[in-house]
Amino acid sequence: MAAPTSRLSTIARRLGQALPALFGVIVVTFLLTRALPGDPAAYFAGPAADAKSIAQIRESLGLDRPLPEQFLLYLKDLARGEMGNSISTGQPVAEELIRRLPASLELTFFALLLSLAIAVPMGVLAATHPGKPIDHICRFIVTAGVSLPTFFTGLALVFVFYYLLGWAPSPLGRLDFAYVSPPTVTGFYVIDALLIGDLETAWAALAQLTLPAITLALFTLAPLARMTRASMLQVLSSEFIRTARAAGLSGATVLGTYAFRNAVLPVITTLGMVFSFTLGANVLVEKVFAWPGIGSYAVEALVVSDYAAVQGFVLSMAVLFVALNLVIDILYTLIDPRIQLDD
Amino acid sequence: MSPDATNFGKTIMEPDKKTSKNLVEVDNLTVEFTTRNGIVQAVSDVSFHIAKGETLGIVGESGSGKSVTSYALMRILEANGMIASGDMVYGGIDLKNASNSTMREIRGREISMIFQNPRAALNPIRKVGKQLEDVMRQHGFATRQNAKAKAIELLKMVRINNPEDRYHSYPHELSGGMCQRIVIAVAIACQPRLLIADEPTTGLDVTTQKAVLDLVGELTKAQGMSTILITHDLGLASAYCDRLIVMEKGRVVESAGAADMFARPAHPYTQKLIRATPRLGADIRDLLPEDAEPRTPSEPKAPAVHPEGQPLLQVTDLVKDFPLKAPVKKLRDMFKTAKAPDDEPTVFRAVDTLNMTIDYGESVGLVGESGCGKSTTSSMVMRLLDPTSGSIVFDGVDIGAMPAKDFATSEYRSKLQMVFQDPTDSLNPRFTARQSIADPLFRLGGPEVRRDADRRVARLADMVGLPKSLLERFPHQLSGGQKARVGIARAIALDPKLLILDEPTAALDVSVQAVVLNLLLDLKDELDMSYLFVSHDLNVVRLLCEKVVVMRGGRIEETGETEALMSNPQTEYTRMLLSAIPHPPEMAA
Repeated sequence: MAAPTSRLSTIARRLGQALPALFGVIVVTFLLTRALPGDPAAYFAGPAADAKSIAQIRESLGLDRPLPEQFLLYLKDLARGEMGNSISTGQPVAEELIRRLPASLELTFFALLLSLAIAVPMGVLAATHPGKPIDHICRFIVTAGVSLPTFFTGLALVFVFYYLLGWAPSPLGRLDFAYVSPPTVTGFYVIDALLIGDLETAWAALAQLTLPAITLALFTLAPLARMTRASMLQVLSSEFIRTARAAGLSGATVLGTYAFRNAVLPVITTLGMVFSFTLGANVLVEKVFAWPGIGSYAVEALVVSDYAAVQGFVLSMAVLFVALNLVIDILYTLIDPRIQLDD
Repeated sequence: MSPDATNFGKTIMEPDKKTSKNLVEVDNLTVEFTTRNGIVQAVSDVSFHIAKGETLGIVGESGSGKSVTSYALMRILEANGMIASGDMVYGGIDLKNASNSTMREIRGREISMIFQNPRAALNPIRKVGKQLEDVMRQHGFATRQNAKAKAIELLKMVRINNPEDRYHSYPHELSGGMCQRIVIAVAIACQPRLLIADEPTTGLDVTTQKAVLDLVGELTKAQGMSTILITHDLGLASAYCDRLIVMEKGRVVESAGAADMFARPAHPYTQKLIRATPRLGADIRDLLPEDAEPRTPSEPKAPAVHPEGQPLLQVTDLVKDFPLKAPVKKLRDMFKTAKAPDDEPTVFRAVDTLNMTIDYGESVGLVGESGCGKSTTSSMVMRLLDPTSGSIVFDGVDIGAMPAKDFATSEYRSKLQMVFQDPTDSLNPRFTARQSIADPLFRLGGPEVRRDADRRVARLADMVGLPKSLLERFPHQLSGGQKARVGIARAIALDPKLLILDEPTAALDVSVQAVVLNLLLDLKDELDMSYLFVSHDLNVVRLLCEKVVVMRGGRIEETGETEALMSNPQTEYTRMLLSAIPHPPEMAA
């Protein structure tokens, strides 16, 4: 690299490098959806339709044309920012994704915040007392969290906190029927309600969010806590920690400023991975709590071979994944001066 | 920290003047480690004392317990280590029974420590200035308001140029010598009365070593500090210490004044150590213990007929440029479009029109400080790195023209081999010694060689003096010297003509170094090899090489016959290199 280039162009180049991968994703999803058993035209026509009307519908959907032509038409639509209409709901896919994505994002963000708040202190405690009871307790908790299936913990939580104790609201979506959803700014109900100063709605949205978020958080505790422990153990045995101790620095400074900041990098990487798989894969939690997220949307679309919806879902996940990785790389450079945002 | 705590620390740490004039007294200290194989005694019955302002050297080879002794004194032993018995008193305070909070007061404030491997001893993601502030603020030596000024003052004190800029540097942006100055600054930040330096110059080249030790000497003298210098290098210890104790296997075997010890070493172990230390006027064979069994040389190879008037290696006008990386930028610069000034050079010339020759059967030393281009040169000769321009003619063939990536499969690969600096890191941890030695036979040898591999490995092990029973062991089950032998056996497995030795003994104890150097000398004659010996230690180079090339800033500073160059250096730089070698007191003959 001869002349230094600005960070902004580095980021632009990184995004540019993701384009071939995204194109690959488009091709593979397109082919896979076509290879799936099931005929969307037959589904759309309904059980009473005869062969003739199915053929008619197939023609109107454009499914009778050769695959390459279908693909080119799809690309043309994408270039115009259109993802087509869902055959099961009749709505434009892009609109539905934009409506449902914030629901999933809000749930995942909140769940991961919760998970981090528990997992990181637990991992640090376990690392500072290896082999002691506290270490074993942490190991037990995270093992239990990851072994219990989310639909089970979800149902158990609903049973206890909604049915038995009555502390939680009914597990039916993002907001109780009694409230009006706040005007969309971020798409996160809690934040949007706070923005217009509607504390009551914000509280209601938060109450709806709590149980599914706990369910998801329990499941994601394990990777985060274990990575924190392993990474802390490694850093604590390094030479600069010995130097800090030999200089008489207090336990808090050694642990926080010296050990934890160095140990946090692998935790962030893990967080990124956990985030991306939780976002699209928490279908079961969404089902149990009737959460209108993209995971359940994608599964429903897949069941009826709703090509446009499945393709739209995979593509938007791929874009999110690229953006997430970039954010993580930028975070890295903020924490570790040795790492530069290079390509 | 509350002001009370500081005052408390100061009052209890005022040494009791009546009891003793010694700052530290250690009596019958025994340190034990709990390991999987039961309890291991790392330090047994060690006693010593240090007077105010005195410099004590603790000398010993790896495993002698010298570092553990100092860790015990500061009570920073690993979790599985414990002080089993004995007393440690610092200025009237019983260190063995002091509470953890008292110990935290003492560390850094009263007793502080300098470590080996300075880069790893600093927090890699914290500005060095901040790390200085952390220590000073911990012990109440600075407040939030004046910490930065005081940190910069400290940086000045350890002679760091541009201290205002360096305050914002991270350890990876500084050289090893600079990092060690920072570590020293951390150690002296709170004006402790005892400074423990644990191998402070391992891995630094001689001139930096001298600068660092001179600095420590001056600072401690100016502040009246006592010092413990822990080292494996007797020469170094005797040049900088008032008194020495020698440790072997956890015990103190001898204790005497520095000059006395060199003049009249009483204990056989001390005698062996002194013997093995490379020094002026000593021959390579002198380094071995007198009662050492002579090595049985294997049958010398019939010397090949060498082409007349043609050297084995001829390097002509060798140049290596590295592209310069863009300056490190911060996130806040992210949205600014910065353009490089046009006059900034875009390449760094690591090696600049270098010429040298190595004759058949000759050993040439390549000497210089770190960053002088000696490693780049050896990598190019070794054909691991492509030169920018120039030629490398080996045995009549221009191997410099072959791309490095193709050279691995070339027939010349086996003729050009290398022994690496770190005997541990350069062995595959999943390979046994036998597999490591046999590896080149299988990769580069023909079918005949491969069929014969077992016998050849056995013969190679014989040649390098590696007992056959060790051949099935993994690197972590071998000692440093044994690993060095495996590395050498691997390098000579295919009868190379030129062996590049990259500081092959830098990580070894002096007595092991003596044996390995002698082994290398024997093998050279037996196998009719030439050596390119890369090192920063002129004393070691002198033992093995007939010719020396001194490099500086990518260029050759001086070249000549070893003895002539060392007794009568022509350039100021060579004189400086020579004078940086610590000179122990003359040994009684």
